[in-house]
Amino acid sequence: MAGTKQLIDENGVRLDGRKWNELRPIKLQVGVMKNADGSAYIEWGKNKIMAAVYGPKEVHPKHQVLPDRALLRCRYHMAPFSVDERKNPAPSRREIEISKVIREALIPAVIVEDYPRTAIEVWVEVLQSDGGSRVAGITAASLALADAGINMRDLVVGCSCGLIGEQVVSDLDDTEDKEGNGDMPVAIMPNLGLVSLLQVDGVYTRENFQKAFELALEKGKQIYQMQREALTTRFFGGEAQSTEIEEAAE
Amino acid sequence: MSMMKKNHVVESITKERMVQLLASGKRLDGRALDQPRNLNIETGVIPKANGSARVSLGNTLVLAGVKIATGIPFPDTPDKGILMVNAEILPMSSPYAEAGPPSEDAIELARVTDRGIRESEMVDMTKLGLIPGKSVIAVFVDCNIMNVDGNLFDATSYAVVAALRTAKMNRYVVKDDKAVATDELIPVPVERTPVSVTIARIGDKLVVDPNSEEEASMDMRITITTDDDGNICASQKGEASTISPEQVLQAADTSISVGRTIRAKILEATR
Repeated sequence: MAGTKQLIDENGVRLDGRKWNELRPIKLQVGVMKNADGSAYIEWGKNKIMAAVYGPKEVHPKHQVLPDRALLRCRYHMAPFSVDERKNPAPSRREIEISKVIREALIPAVIVEDYPRTAIEVWVEVLQSDGGSRVAGITAASLALADAGINMRDLVVGCSCGLIGEQVVSDLDDTEDKEGNGDMPVAIMPNLGLVSLLQVDGVYTRENFQKAFELALEKGKQIYQMQREALTTRFFGGEAQSTEIEEAAE
Repeated sequence: MSMMKKNHVVESITKERMVQLLASGKRLDGRALDQPRNLNIETGVIPKANGSARVSLGNTLVLAGVKIATGIPFPDTPDKGILMVNAEILPMSSPYAEAGPPSEDAIELARVTDRGIRESEMVDMTKLGLIPGKSVIAVFVDCNIMNVDGNLFDATSYAVVAALRTAKMNRYVVKDDKAVATDELIPVPVERTPVSVTIARIGDKLVVDPNSEEEASMDMRITITTDDDGNICASQKGEASTISPEQVLQAADTSISVGRTIRAKILEATR
């Protein structure tokens, strides 16, 4: 595919200087919004994403009430100024699909049975987008749920892996997503060892499929440590401070 | 899909029975765990379309039609054609389907189907360019879901593949910087045969090609599309539940092997 040569050089170094299995810098903050019951802000590469949670609260319209559990609503939305060309603010088909898969990735972690007849709302707003925004959104949204004090089985953490030519790489940025040969967003519940989101595009041999998938699991566990630190800072560290990681290249 | 949820009491009794049977490797309709339902493909059913296919997978019925026209290329691919795959769940298809703007389920169906066709590079888009930056051939595939009995993802994908494989389009020539259609009919430049295989988890068992009854009892669904070489080119996990890493790899292997059999059937029907 076009552009493959420029994306990764003969020494395996990517455009932004990363090796195949490195993450972009990630910064997490929990408890950043005044009105929301829970919130988290993530900067991941050039992604800037805010997640806010309201609830458990009364369900409107009433006919949507679930008698045995909470109704979890989720909207993933991109700000018109978040991308190169202005995006129409109305929800696109892509955003509707992503809202659905994020919701389905979060529900298994939330103990929805603890809040019958209520609604829990998760709003994910992409302020600036740079590839991998859905997994970054999930990572922030699960922190916002935890910040809201909602009972959870585990956190949910996302990471996307993919292909540049036949090389498996972790955490594609915008250029690599568009010019590369495949993208595989994965979300996991790290303590339970379960996958709650999996999407694939690109052409993977069976071997590369497994390699990319397992790399996403490994990277997810790494980001989970940052989620824990961000929550620790939120609840025991006074002012909300950002948590950054320095990653050693393998 | 959520719209298939019916009577909760009957549903839970059915699920109980289904899980018991699955433990001994059987399904309610007598199929093996990795056995898809009967697949029937008829092509050329709508002569006014450039290509068409009526596909039934058990009682799920999908009609796909291809329409081809010229269009303006996307700015980032000035010399490549346009391919759009869309799907609509008709209100006639089930007592639970509704008229109106597309539901979340319908949008997911259309996008997952499109992804499998696009990512496998089934159609060689470089052969659909006419005048770089100005004019290209645009291929629209629209799918009507006529009857719902589970696994819309696979039935829709097979209908798209069959319709595209048998579609004919006018050959275009460029005259005075304009694309002009000639009377000569040529096939769409199809290179690959993507095959989607959807697997549901009921209890802890994975079953291929779930029908409506099984979908009402499943807690997880995964669709995996493979190409002629057994490469994986698209996937989507569905439902508000999780899957273990081992089952992801198991599903990948099942979809490669089941996909091989189905691909042979599609190729046979669209020769």
